[in-house]
Amino acid sequence: MTSTTEQLSTTTLLRFATAGSVDDGKSTLVGRLLHDSKSVLEDQLEAVERVSADRGQDAPDLALLTDGLRAEREQGITIDVAYRYFATARRRFILADTPGHVQYTRNMVTGASTAELAVVLVDARNGVVEQTRRHAAVAALLRVPHVVLAVNKMDLVDYREEVFAEIAEEFTSYATELGVPEITAIPISALAGDNVVDPSANMDWYGGPTVLEHLETVPVSHDLASCPARFPVQYVIRPQTAEHPDYRGYAGQIASGVLRVGEAVTVLPSGRTSVIAGIDALGESVDIAWAPQSVTLRLADDIDISRGDLIAPTASAPATTQDVVATVCHVADQPLSVGARVLIKHTTRTVKAIVKEIPSRLTLDDLSQHPNPGQLVANDIGRVVVRTAEPLALDAYADSRRTGSFLLIDPADGTTLAAGMAGESFASRGEEAVQDDEGWDF
Amino acid sequence: MTTAAHLHDTAADADAPYALSHLDALESEAVHIFREVAGEFEKPVILFSGGKDSIVMLHLALKAFAPAPVPFALLHVDTGHNFPEVIEYRDRTVAEHGLRLHVASVQEYIDAGKLKERPDGTRNPLQTVPLTEAIQQLKFDAVFGGGRRDEEKARAKERVFSLRDEFSQWDPRRQRPELWQLYNGRHAPGEHVRVFPLSNWTELDVWQYIDREGIELPEIYFAHERDVFLRNGMWLTAGEWGGPKDTETVEKRLIRYRTVGDMSCTGAVDSDATTLDAVIAEIAVSRLTERGATRADDKLSEAAMEDRKREGYF
Repeated sequence: MTSTTEQLSTTTLLRFATAGSVDDGKSTLVGRLLHDSKSVLEDQLEAVERVSADRGQDAPDLALLTDGLRAEREQGITIDVAYRYFATARRRFILADTPGHVQYTRNMVTGASTAELAVVLVDARNGVVEQTRRHAAVAALLRVPHVVLAVNKMDLVDYREEVFAEIAEEFTSYATELGVPEITAIPISALAGDNVVDPSANMDWYGGPTVLEHLETVPVSHDLASCPARFPVQYVIRPQTAEHPDYRGYAGQIASGVLRVGEAVTVLPSGRTSVIAGIDALGESVDIAWAPQSVTLRLADDIDISRGDLIAPTASAPATTQDVVATVCHVADQPLSVGARVLIKHTTRTVKAIVKEIPSRLTLDDLSQHPNPGQLVANDIGRVVVRTAEPLALDAYADSRRTGSFLLIDPADGTTLAAGMAGESFASRGEEAVQDDEGWDF
Repeated sequence: MTTAAHLHDTAADADAPYALSHLDALESEAVHIFREVAGEFEKPVILFSGGKDSIVMLHLALKAFAPAPVPFALLHVDTGHNFPEVIEYRDRTVAEHGLRLHVASVQEYIDAGKLKERPDGTRNPLQTVPLTEAIQQLKFDAVFGGGRRDEEKARAKERVFSLRDEFSQWDPRRQRPELWQLYNGRHAPGEHVRVFPLSNWTELDVWQYIDREGIELPEIYFAHERDVFLRNGMWLTAGEWGGPKDTETVEKRLIRYRTVGDMSCTGAVDSDATTLDAVIAEIAVSRLTERGATRADDKLSEAAMEDRKREGYF
């Protein structure tokens, strides 16, 4: 009993996203992952069986497990990202289940933003289609470190190796060109259960992992030591009590890298410097802490620091800028136009900004650029140039997903207008892509 | 047929130098959420029922701001059908940490004629109005709830920051996409934001965390003998709140509670789990969800939770 507890509590967490449409069998795949990993409980299954029977369906429709809102069920569509949870003895999983239709690019982008792995589904009969390229582009744009290509419905192509091989090669070469650093292709049948949880008896020619095996073993912790540390200050803790009259700590979550007591740090945007005097890691004092731990830093000097400041090692502190060049995904119903006055929310800092230029809009299906569109509407991906009222300590998104990302917000009604990624849209092609890989922050 | 896929080290990454356990990762995320709210809102409050999820929330808030006190008050929506053990726990906890507690009382609304008792005696749906009016009158702009996305299908699409209008209503179409760890809490005067720091936790995570942190819980979470009767397939506690009816017979059973809510609609489960380890082992092999096993009100219809959320429920 105790051993179960210990084993469970030392597992790691993997966040991943699935992209694909109902036609690709995405809901069936997700349903099967949940079902075969015994994460669907009896009352949930009973509810699905009851509703399936009410609708005159013979077998329980596993897609019902993932259709949450009545509005969606009535329309037979998925309108939003749904989060699913399941666990094996090795890992806990958070699945962002996103619809794959073109009008829901924003949901795919949302799901991919926190994912360490993306599963892209294709129908073995259709191969790589426009939608597949769009999903690969979203994964590349959002810098998702691991991509799984699940070639589904292998049962409908007689489990033939050459069908799989051709699709896998086409996808891998496309995604690699976009800068996706790691791609694993797996032949599956979600309906029949081949290679989802258990190895298939129908594809002896495949020697790789099943989808679940891959999810369980893909590395989630990375070489954080090679990423510069970033610490956005969330809140200043000053008890001013008899017990702690002089305590002054800077609370935040380490966005990337490793911080150590004794390290020389610079506070941005002020540029003041100090030394880390102590790290309080939620109740215990430690010498070292790393992303994504929430900690409280104490500094050797009493300097003016408030929410929105960034603490970084002096040796690798980022430059600050008021000119942001970025790729954005527009997520609101109201358009974003050149000249728009917005708020930009970057880490814990929110400042005023103005959209100076929208140099291009990008079509994800074929990556074609459309110059000077004037405005971006819902689900558009575009390049923007934004001028901020105050300097931001911004990294390139390719170097740090956490400190290279931002939101554009409508100051009038608070709507989130766009999700932004500073720097180039896609990792440089060819050899440079390999180098970029080193500096990624997860 | 792979690129670098099979080159990576398939040994468990628990050995990696900078790995976090899933409990550490969830704890860190929840603390980050508490601190974001403290940094951006004027008057946040924690909904505190004395149930395990709200107890874990309070524990996380205490850790997030230590050694300073928690910068929020607590709000309890009291249905009047409380388990006495839970009220005792609540009052003791409030005193121990020097917290401020507000109580919104369903009973007072019923006594004043502002709410009507339902024929089935269930008071869970009656909590919405007292909760909303307390939020409006006390001008809370952020309200922490212990809701988890694993609890129910409608919750699976809930945001961490969930925007509510002045009637506390939840409009799925108005919810903002949440990208990275960037939470947008902007709201108009009169509106507020419900915040769910435990969004990504499962029931098992909550119990494992309670175990790891040595958090004390009300006794009703552990196996004990109790007078109960069967209604809609659930063991309900016999008591002054209105059960049992003439056709229902009371018996003494060894039970525990998986959730703590209104006595009239919170069912007990048969259990001999008297320790945390035993509870965790029981949940790890349970074949029913916590709400399916214990909440009569969620069985009302397929979209029961979605409907209540829209109306301003937790």
